Amino acid sequence: MALDDAKGTKGRRGRPFPKGRPLDDMALADVRRLLGDRPRRRDLLIEFLHLVQDAFGHLSARHLRALAHEMGLSQAEVYEVATFYAHFDVVPEGAAPPPALTIRVCDSLSCALAGAEALHAALERGVDPAEVRVVRVPCMGRCDGAPAVEVGHNPIAPATPEKVLSAVAAGEVHPVVPDHEGLEAYKARGGYETLARLRTGGDPAEVEATLIRSGLRGLGGAGFPTGRKWSFVRAYPGPRYLAVNADEGEPGTFKDRHYLERWPHLFLEGALIASWAVEAETTFIYLRDEYPEIREILLHEIAALEAAGIVPRGHIDLRRGAGAYICGEESAMIESIEGKRGLPRHRPPYVAEVGVFGRPTLVNNVETLCWVTRVLREGPEILSGVEKNGRKGLRSYSVSGRVRRPGVYVLPAGSTIRDVIDAAGGMAEGHVFKAYQPGGPSSGLLPASLDDVPLDFDTLQPHGSFIGSAAVVVLSDKDSVREAALGMLRFFEDESCGQCTPCRVGCEKAVKLMQAERWDRSALEDLCEVMADASICGLGQAAPNPIRLTMKHFGDEV
Amino acid sequence: MTDLRKIIIDDREVEVDPALTILQAAEEAGIEIPRFCYHERLSIAGNCRMCLVEVVGGPPKPMASCAMQVRDLRPGPNGEPPVVRTRSPMVKKAREGVMEFLLINHPLDCPICDQGGECDLQDQAVAYGVDFSRYREPKRAVEDLDLGPLVETHMTRCISCTRCVRFTTEVAGVAVMGQTGRGEDAEITTYLGELIDSEMQGNIVDLCPVGALTNKPYAFTARPWELTRTETIDVMDALGSNIRVDTKGRQVMRILPRLNEEVNEEWISDKTRYVWDGLRRQRLDRPYVRENGKLRPASWGEALAAAAEAMRGRKVTGLVGDLAPVEAAFSLKTLVEGLGGKVECRVDGAALPAGNRSGYVGTAAIADIDAARDIWLVGTNPRVEAPVLNARIRKAWLNGATVQHIGEAADLTYDVIHLGEDRQALLDAVRDAVPSEGSLVIVGQGALVEADGDAVLSQAMKLAEELGAGFLVLHTAAGRVGAMDVGATTEGGIDAALDGAEVVYALGVDEMDIPAGPFVIYQGSHGDRGAHRADVILPAAAYTEERALFVNTEGRPQLALRAAFPPGEARENWAILRALSAHLEAPLPWDSLGQLHEALFEAVPHMALVDAVPVNDWQREPLKKPGKGVFRSTVGNFWLSNPIARASALMGQMAALQEARQKKPVAAE
Repeated sequence: MALDDAKGTKGRRGRPFPKGRPLDDMALADVRRLLGDRPRRRDLLIEFLHLVQDAFGHLSARHLRALAHEMGLSQAEVYEVATFYAHFDVVPEGAAPPPALTIRVCDSLSCALAGAEALHAALERGVDPAEVRVVRVPCMGRCDGAPAVEVGHNPIAPATPEKVLSAVAAGEVHPVVPDHEGLEAYKARGGYETLARLRTGGDPAEVEATLIRSGLRGLGGAGFPTGRKWSFVRAYPGPRYLAVNADEGEPGTFKDRHYLERWPHLFLEGALIASWAVEAETTFIYLRDEYPEIREILLHEIAALEAAGIVPRGHIDLRRGAGAYICGEESAMIESIEGKRGLPRHRPPYVAEVGVFGRPTLVNNVETLCWVTRVLREGPEILSGVEKNGRKGLRSYSVSGRVRRPGVYVLPAGSTIRDVIDAAGGMAEGHVFKAYQPGGPSSGLLPASLDDVPLDFDTLQPHGSFIGSAAVVVLSDKDSVREAALGMLRFFEDESCGQCTPCRVGCEKAVKLMQAERWDRSALEDLCEVMADASICGLGQAAPNPIRLTMKHFGDEV
Repeated sequence: MTDLRKIIIDDREVEVDPALTILQAAEEAGIEIPRFCYHERLSIAGNCRMCLVEVVGGPPKPMASCAMQVRDLRPGPNGEPPVVRTRSPMVKKAREGVMEFLLINHPLDCPICDQGGECDLQDQAVAYGVDFSRYREPKRAVEDLDLGPLVETHMTRCISCTRCVRFTTEVAGVAVMGQTGRGEDAEITTYLGELIDSEMQGNIVDLCPVGALTNKPYAFTARPWELTRTETIDVMDALGSNIRVDTKGRQVMRILPRLNEEVNEEWISDKTRYVWDGLRRQRLDRPYVRENGKLRPASWGEALAAAAEAMRGRKVTGLVGDLAPVEAAFSLKTLVEGLGGKVECRVDGAALPAGNRSGYVGTAAIADIDAARDIWLVGTNPRVEAPVLNARIRKAWLNGATVQHIGEAADLTYDVIHLGEDRQALLDAVRDAVPSEGSLVIVGQGALVEADGDAVLSQAMKLAEELGAGFLVLHTAAGRVGAMDVGATTEGGIDAALDGAEVVYALGVDEMDIPAGPFVIYQGSHGDRGAHRADVILPAAAYTEERALFVNTEGRPQLALRAAFPPGEARENWAILRALSAHLEAPLPWDSLGQLHEALFEAVPHMALVDAVPVNDWQREPLKKPGKGVFRSTVGNFWLSNPIARASALMGQMAALQEARQKKPVAAE
């Protein structure tokens, strides 16, 4: 952090006068205008920071001061939150604000394989740094179009320097809303009939039983049986909340975007069914900020639902993330919904009992809720009736990397990596299958030799991995697993919230150790053990997986 | 009391409240679990991961014992009590690992670190660490913060335990510190370099488990093992905080809190902690006598002779100042009343009812604040009058108590229902009062110092009666209750005491102007207001320099011990009065402090019960109608409220900072 008079702080005994910040009337007027008549609630802090960031391109000290004043918060609180999220640019007094336009270049695995580094370099050469800044960012969920770039809020994937620079020149900085199924079209095929039926005399216990029969499990990655989760939440006295996790940030994952940009109402109906089942006071949807076009879709379609009287005005509260992978962790997401930094909470108590605002909260993933709608409309057999390699159900695999046709493929849950690659059109031209990431960097990297394992919940644990959100990235003989693993740890280093010692220190240290020509395997193994054993949340616990699996299967590279 | 749960920790079976954490349960079983972030008076953060234990039958990895409640442990398959291990190989390995992590980025600059020798990180590295490191990469460096003149920072040493953040926001009630950024970039800082505006910030130095936050005035002046420690009592306010004074040779090097749950828990105010440079400056280190309008140095013999000469056959009034110990007040009273003179300690004119301890002390103890549900503050600003007591009120408020305030509006660090600033608000409150469980009325000196103080006190006592409340008089002078207890009062108060006085014997009287006319003998430690008015100056010990009793605001006698010798020729207070009595040929009937105590205990028996709070019989003062007007706190400037503080350069600096802050309407939340 830059002190605004950093020179000669040594040896001084305090300042001649306190460094306070007079309330700037102009800044306060700006903030009041931007906030309009929105309630000055603490939990809306991140939304308000977005308003200021969007309007001015950064968060100046005077605006933070004014916002704190307007919301009756301490400046330290506002400052803590603003600096936690990557999409906010805090500018202290006297410091230069960032250029008006930001180009974000994804550097996570699929984009890195597709040449993100060269793209980044080309873009930096191609723009005036006074006008445009080029920054590297973690996965934007557009791996099927790698390499991905965002110009302002305009996603471009696949990106070339020419495409990006012409978008810059043309001032195309807003998202193009993709064609999607609207409310009328959805209703025309029977949409919202299930919800209506349940609302007039449905029995939540019955619904839960149906979901359990279908075998539906949480598709955010943890795989907890959905029906059971609902009944847990329902068992705690109200008021209760529903919080939808639309913060898919696990690099390689883009299935939630896939569903949302095509069939938003399939998801919304599922959310409203869940909300009905647990009698949620409010349905929060926590959407990652990397999906601005989805936000447009949801805002539009939620308004349509409200206008159609399907949902009371204000029941659905769409929240905008701000660039923090950790907020995909459910308790961190809840902290963020409350307007705080995304620090995971200790469990117990679990969020089913103590969630948003300390109330029982149902947290479900987007895709899970899409399946809820379908299972309740079409019957549990659509999942339980599919069987392959001894596994039941369907998985939406986000497939990218060295395959011919990257994309989301809905396959039987017992599919192996060979099936997945085949579905994606086989290996890309000139590439030989070497390794794969089965479920995001947290799942590490497995060798091509492990090609007969069904990619499902529980089947990868014996191999020191897991399916997670089924974010499959395929590597070939042209790729370095060592580089891929290092990239994964760099990602965790950037995204660690910094709360607990093992993850905060371990991720950073791992990156340093992994840069050595030859890895110090015993030091790394000890490091991994402390991280896995002692971290508070899944991020730190799973971050060692790429290191361990690389040492185990690709020892010749390290 | 909830049902107790049985739990086995390291083969020791204990029954504990299931709401306790494993770490607390282990403490009850006498088993120490190392920790950095956990602190029993702060919220649980669970971030350092040092307190890992093994829960048998639980997940196959260690658990953070500070964040896990006993009730969440599963019993064995046949209902056996849950088993926790704190010394198993798994735990040992995990601790070593976390310890190694904590040291990865720690600079290990112990030889030049003020925390060295009393550092949790050092101690736990010895106890739970390994003696080598495999990590050779460059360490992380962090820019230091400027938190003001009191707390020095070395943020590279920080292990992000967030104790300081939690203390300032939770206990001190100033949300100025926070953790910014994330991951390894996360830093403990203040809002864009803001200074901390709190009277309790020094406590973060004690809380910091490493050398990231250290005492700026003490920086690099001593190593802890060179210091002589004396456990004594503070006099900066009337709370009587329990302190430890560390000396090197004759010098006080620093002041730290001692634990006393009943009084100051483990906190002290910044004035208590940092006033010690005031003990070195402006000291009266030799006697003086005034000749031809000018003070000149004199020998003890000359000065005592001059004082005795002046007093002999004249009307003498003895005044007891704010910092006077009980022994001195008792000696002065015995001497002056023996000469037919008058004595008075209520130098600020406070209408404290002589002889009615329920009226000048009250019926409630400080610790009663913890359980209070309904607190009434009348004519007091406890944040400046007794910051540590104020933190206790804040704690009660955090636990759900409501606070009603009658007096000048002020930021007390918690929400108050402000009923008004003036006497009418008190009368209205009395009129409307209904019995209220867990209520407590705290009356400040601001309510009592004006002409109608007795009427205000009677109404405040009436309020307590109507509410069924405990009653606590919040004093600002450390010596006041003790002086009241020994009866250093005159019917009619200060005006009556001074009426017709020919000689004023001012025992550390620095908070009032002694009227022109009388001959003034000043006995005290600092060349402050009282000394300037004096005709004879008798230099005396300050509170760290003599063994003496002080009675705190709740009426608890506490024994202060001598940590250092008085400077130069200065003498202990009681001894000066004893010597003077010999010159007056009216020798006080004791030749030693022991004999003095015997006489004192006979006259005032509860003085012998050190550290006990006597129960006072409720005796409401006869109801009178007060005048009009607002209540004002008697402490104008927190940092400069007594002669020792006024002699301190540091306190002067803090006062100047405060003044500048008030001049500029700035962000001070």
